[in-house]
Amino acid sequence: MLRKVEKMKILKIKELLGAEILAGEDLIGGEVNSACCCDMMSDVLAFVKDQAVLLTGLCNPQVVRTATMMDMRCIVFVRGKRPSDDVISLARESGIVVLASEMRMYTACGILYENGLHGGEFQK
Amino acid sequence: MTDKVNFHFDIDGDNFTSAGEASVRIKKLLREMGFSPDTIRRVSVAMYEGEINMVIHANGGSADVDVYGDRIEIILADKGPGIPDIDLAMQEGYSTAPDNIRSLGFGAGMGLPNMKRYTDDMRIESALGVGTTIYMTVKT
Repeated sequence: MLRKVEKMKILKIKELLGAEILAGEDLIGGEVNSACCCDMMSDVLAFVKDQAVLLTGLCNPQVVRTATMMDMRCIVFVRGKRPSDDVISLARESGIVVLASEMRMYTACGILYENGLHGGEFQK
Repeated sequence: MTDKVNFHFDIDGDNFTSAGEASVRIKKLLREMGFSPDTIRRVSVAMYEGEINMVIHANGGSADVDVYGDRIEIILADKGPGIPDIDLAMQEGYSTAPDNIRSLGFGAGMGLPNMKRYTDDMRIESALGVGTTIYMTVKT
């Protein structure tokens, strides 16, 4: 049985995913309490937990706005995708940590899940 | 109290990149006014979905947010093509957005359902070829 953790430090996410930090260096000590992985932003917006991490392969400013709306703490761009400078600066303004990992989405999610970070509730 | 504070925004229909800026602005304003994080999130998500819809489907429009003592009302008005079948449009997963929008992360058919999900009341008035106005209320 995999143990579920209540919170995970963003620094630990960075280490587990071998990720590079692109924005929010000063916020790396923060914590998240759930994770969401999606390329469709409205599906993210249907997801209720705040203080979450978003894993996505989508790279445009709407990813940051969506994360802002949901009070998310961190965005991980997977599959080696690199957001443009305007996306990074938007995240900086919004106080969101941006990580970039070479891992594929499935692998990245599996590793976080295995380490106890689970998904949140879906609000009907 | 009957006094209200109004915030008005024009939504630029030509620029998908800037879509959502008004919602980010509202989020900040409501935070400054001292509303709870839950109320702020519900208002800003509902408005954000509406803003995206107006950019995708209606070449922009306007957003008015009226803040009352006990509720926040959001009125989104556009002069787009109108919604032929509102019940169908309200179904999760139903979308008429073009493929290029889907590649930008929208068009999953969750916009209107999310607006309903996050608000206490939602009413759609739409006329084909004239436009659509959506009224949403979030109780505070």
